[in-house]
Amino acid sequence: MSLSACGLSYGYPERQIGREIGLELKPGEVLALLGPNGSGKTTLLKTLLGLLPPQGGELALDGAPLAALSVAERARALGYVPQAHAGTFAFSVFTVVLMGRTAHGGLFAAPSAHDRAIAMAMLERLGVARLAQRPYTQISGGERQLVLIARALAQEPRYIILDEPTASLDFGNQGKVMVEITRLAAEGLGILFTTHDPNQALRYADHVLMIRNGQAIAAGSAAELLIPERLAELYGVAIETVRDTEGRVAFLPGH
Amino acid sequence: MPPSSLRGNLIAFGLLALAVLLAFGLGRFPVGPGELGRLIWAGLTGQASGLPPQVETVIWNIRGPRVIAALLCGAALAVAGTAFQGLFRNPLVSPDILGASSGAALGAVIGIYFSLGIIGIQFAAFAGGLVAVGAVYAIGSGLRRGDPVLVLVLTGVVVGSLLGAGIGLVKYWADPYNQLPAMTFWLLGSLAGTAKPDLVPLLGPVLLGSAVLVALRWRMNAMSLPEEEARALGLSTGPLRVAIVAAATLVTAASVAAAGIIGWVGLVVPHLARFLVGPDFGRLVPTAAILGGGYLLIIDTLARTVGPVETPLGILTAVIGTPFFIWLLASARGGWS
Repeated sequence: MSLSACGLSYGYPERQIGREIGLELKPGEVLALLGPNGSGKTTLLKTLLGLLPPQGGELALDGAPLAALSVAERARALGYVPQAHAGTFAFSVFTVVLMGRTAHGGLFAAPSAHDRAIAMAMLERLGVARLAQRPYTQISGGERQLVLIARALAQEPRYIILDEPTASLDFGNQGKVMVEITRLAAEGLGILFTTHDPNQALRYADHVLMIRNGQAIAAGSAAELLIPERLAELYGVAIETVRDTEGRVAFLPGH
Repeated sequence: MPPSSLRGNLIAFGLLALAVLLAFGLGRFPVGPGELGRLIWAGLTGQASGLPPQVETVIWNIRGPRVIAALLCGAALAVAGTAFQGLFRNPLVSPDILGASSGAALGAVIGIYFSLGIIGIQFAAFAGGLVAVGAVYAIGSGLRRGDPVLVLVLTGVVVGSLLGAGIGLVKYWADPYNQLPAMTFWLLGSLAGTAKPDLVPLLGPVLLGSAVLVALRWRMNAMSLPEEEARALGLSTGPLRVAIVAAATLVTAASVAAAGIIGWVGLVVPHLARFLVGPDFGRLVPTAAILGGGYLLIIDTLARTVGPVETPLGILTAVIGTPFFIWLLASARGGWS
């Protein structure tokens, strides 16, 4: 049981973005994807979700090639949490989460009572059930991110892939969202997220994949890989390390 | 809390019933609700209504077909507009964004130019709308750049302006005494003179296209998300987009063929329906259909009762639509509810 890539190359028809990527995401694990701006993280996520066809190598979900699955089958296995955006229409939060049930109903089917119950349960699981009838356009960025995670959970997936889940959030909401994400891993989901903050990866991830210019420069356990030398190589700046008396570390970019 | 859909739909049905009563009742032969009821009862049971034969003729052969045509065209344009606003993730979109109306208009003026007769002109308009949207879709899909939805809209705008030039050219060539007034009248939209046989070519495409859009309405919520999100939620966005565009084009081309160009209905009615039942497409699409039928019927009743001669529908919808939309732009904050 895993979402795995081996020798994966990816990109767009006219332009290759990355190559020779290997990764394995197992249920219950948290994998952080680190890399500078423009390193190809988002394109890799799209490829892992099956939204872009791989250009080479192997990409498998629980042993079967991802490309062999239908769009709906993929959506029932892989939940996607995009960066939070306001959206065009003022759907209620509940309606937004209900959209996570799309892959479980027929083409013409209205959401069933079961679908509604699951959507509500996922809002409760993330502690935002009180927002259910609020317009999605009028809640805060942190609340939107939690609602989008609830929507991904409503897909009842085995893995959840998050694109910079804390990118536009304030300090408090960053912590809140990351705590929820690790709780989901403890409940048995495989979690993959991208981040610009190595401290977040160090604190919340089991494994780390570092990519630069579309190539993996390191992959392995978070504690082993997240050291100043590696980060300096990845981001091309000097890294300062801060330690507390218990030996825990945090990184600061630049000097 | 979004507005209760029961209350919203009751209001929509109430407006529809009022529109039908006014449309049958007003005119040179006023007909009261009681008389109308007796007529319909007589029609259902086959008994004599006991009303003057002129009144029966007015109801069954003159106002009746026109009322049905207005209901069908209004509902069709409103449903197509609702679907397109979701599909193109833009509340300012109307059903003619991909060139359905301008294609149909070009078809119609060509039909008038070649003096094809009413059936020929209607067919040319219907075919023109389908061909125009087909061409836009083929070109848009061929240009594989970035967001497919944005490419489609831009292609529609460009092709639409070319079609506009074509309409101008045919009008320039047209006989200014016979053909040009007919073209102008047609381009402004009217249901005057609609008779029973005119309903046949309207009914099939409108019912078929609307049925497809109503059936797909629950998927329209996720279709209104960015392309990749919709696919990650499990939607096959490509085939769904083709189905929605084809169905919306079918109903738009059929209604333009029957009534000429009637702008604004497909743009304004979805917003009115959102006021009543909220933005969830599952509830919005049926309500938009009810409201669209009633809206166009009221406009058409105004068109034939105010003023000594009939006012073109396109003029009235614009006069009502413009201030409404400016108010909408002024009051919309934080999303289109």
